Amino acid sequence: MGGILKQHGPWAILAVLGALSLAVLAAGNGEPVNALWIVAAAVSIHLIAFRYYSRYLAGRVFGLNRNRETPAHRRNDGLDYVPTNRYVLFGHHFAAIAGAGPLVGPVLAAQMGYLPGMLWILFGVVLAGAVQDFIILFISMRRDGRSLGELIRMELGATAGVIALFGAFMIMVIILAVLALIVVRALAESPWGLFTVAATMPLAVVMGIYGRFIRPGRIGEMSAIGLVGLVLAIVYGQSVAASPVWGPIFTLTPVQLCWILIAYGGIASILPVWLLLAPRDYLSTFLKIGAILALAIGILIMQPTLQMPAVSRFVDGSGPVWSGSLFPFLFITIACGAVSGFHALIASGTTPKLIDNEMDAPLIGYGAMLMESFVAIIALIGASIIDPGVYFTMNSPAAVIGTTAESAAAAVTNLGFPIDSATITRTAQEVGELTIISRTGGAPTLAVAMAEIFSHMIGGAAMKAFWYHFAILFEALFILTAVDAGTRAGRFMLQDLIGLAVPSFRDTATLAPGLIATALCVAAWGFFLYQGVTDPLGGVNTLWPLFGISNQMLAAVALILGTVVLFRMKKHRFAWTTILPASWLVLCTLTAGWQKVASADPRVGFLSHAKLYSEKLAAGEVMAPAKSIEEMARIVFNDRIDAALCMLFMTVVIAMVFFGIKACWRAYLSDGVTTQEVHAGPDQGETVVLAS
Amino acid sequence: MKRGLRAQLVHAGQMLVGMPSYDAYLAHMRDHHPGEAVMSYREFFNDRQAARFGGGGRGGFRCC
Repeated sequence: MGGILKQHGPWAILAVLGALSLAVLAAGNGEPVNALWIVAAAVSIHLIAFRYYSRYLAGRVFGLNRNRETPAHRRNDGLDYVPTNRYVLFGHHFAAIAGAGPLVGPVLAAQMGYLPGMLWILFGVVLAGAVQDFIILFISMRRDGRSLGELIRMELGATAGVIALFGAFMIMVIILAVLALIVVRALAESPWGLFTVAATMPLAVVMGIYGRFIRPGRIGEMSAIGLVGLVLAIVYGQSVAASPVWGPIFTLTPVQLCWILIAYGGIASILPVWLLLAPRDYLSTFLKIGAILALAIGILIMQPTLQMPAVSRFVDGSGPVWSGSLFPFLFITIACGAVSGFHALIASGTTPKLIDNEMDAPLIGYGAMLMESFVAIIALIGASIIDPGVYFTMNSPAAVIGTTAESAAAAVTNLGFPIDSATITRTAQEVGELTIISRTGGAPTLAVAMAEIFSHMIGGAAMKAFWYHFAILFEALFILTAVDAGTRAGRFMLQDLIGLAVPSFRDTATLAPGLIATALCVAAWGFFLYQGVTDPLGGVNTLWPLFGISNQMLAAVALILGTVVLFRMKKHRFAWTTILPASWLVLCTLTAGWQKVASADPRVGFLSHAKLYSEKLAAGEVMAPAKSIEEMARIVFNDRIDAALCMLFMTVVIAMVFFGIKACWRAYLSDGVTTQEVHAGPDQGETVVLAS
Repeated sequence: MKRGLRAQLVHAGQMLVGMPSYDAYLAHMRDHHPGEAVMSYREFFNDRQAARFGGGGRGGFRCC
């Protein structure tokens, strides 16, 4: 009895603390609630899940074995396969999975209040997101660190492998488009922001040359140079923006920025990696880790009060930020932070090749995802501590609130979040921007929140504009890195896919296939980016759900793979751990996909939106925001493309469910274990595949 | 195998950006491939950088 108390007692106290925090948050009833209650709820739920659920998965479900040799030992080459300290590897894995997604999704979801988003982030990560990351890491670790595509081919068959590869490529396209859109929305008409981001390119080149020729491989020194340069760029950015000569040069419209980004993506992805991509990646990674830590500490010091209601009236789907009701769209809007399919690609990448001991896998697979969930919680807090009037002014499209401070104040007040035009103008001045109206995409909103928190710690109100642009820079920096790296990855995926039909296309040594694949990849995401930039509803409303659906679709695919592997291991009595989240994700993606295609509400459904515009078009009328017949026709065309894409995603999900059930059934009927794990062979270094 | 705290921290920082430990590589070559040519730090750095960002599109891409 005493032993049990000693072992579980502290955890029981933590559970009580978590429950208390949730109760305070849920029963707030209009009383102001301190943001620390969210932190307390999140930390207790994360710790309890890590202590109990990840151990359950590791021990009972996966059967991790501390004596079993990991790929890092079996194939140790000092390069790709290296046994690595678990905490070091945790950092490596976390830095690779956490990007802009967990920062943006929760900000957008805050339009429904902080409670729905918070609950989904916490319960989603425990039961779905962290399970997915962990099981893929486990599967890959037991198969020499193979990639997701190879794993699906091994366990589900070649056809399923091709479908999954194709799905992964389409996700990449949508992710790149939506990330680029966020940058466009954050930097358009913002000379200060654009100058600082533009300054990072020559800065990265200087770093790259320094690290290759002057002091080879000195990552620390390179990053220090970069950091000093960044601070100078932010400081002088203000003068540049105010200059009558330079200010207008860096004041660009969204469409101009869109073309610049497309050109950037094409050029940057064929430059040598050491010149631009790698140095900027170093800078953005260290900046990211630093900014996240600073933000968490800042919230603990400032102890801000939540301004956003716990549940807003927009749960019915009438919100201005994005359309659609709580189910299924909340679960699509917050992907990263709760469950992100993209992580399956990372968990089957470099990380499984570096694991020292199987027992390290829970910390890295499950733990790092909990950490990302905590980042999402921080972003949600950020969006909830600023004035809701400011939040809706920044995140509502111009089609809803107009473009002047007066029209925006009137429209947002009318939505039920009172704000006056003076507040809007003052907030813009405080952060050193021309306007804050319709700065959609989440990044500017988070930057306002970060400026609020950081200026509370350092510098006071005078530093707000500096911190705002620091935050914008920090977000733009790793988004641009992702655009560049993603275009490269997309290019290789495309070469692989086209190579199925034309084998010579796979050749990475000759120039032409690479260039063609790069151009196709850039054209694909550029198409969706341009569509988003010219979209009257701000683009986020169209592209973010597509991104969410595709990302959750990949997560469902990964969890289906996990289920199949559990069945083939004859562990089907534990398969509910993956079937439960997979079913939920399939339900959400199919419902959301179907509503995006077929909803009668033109704000939600692509086809009804297309119908509305094509009827007007047939009558020869021009409907706002289109300004010409050509624009009308383009809106209709884009809607139909988006609907087709949605249906494509749904088809991928349904096909994978079919392949998954088939493979599970066959494994269930078979007498023994049929999974294909890689074991150490009789002579060291050789590997053999267990008979299937 | 005990290394100084400073070295561990540098290693952890470098692993954040996917640069593995040169010391571990040297130790591996010494133990398992004695007599074979060993890359200089400069070569090692360039090799790992290319592997991370250019390696068949497999490495280096970041999550959303």
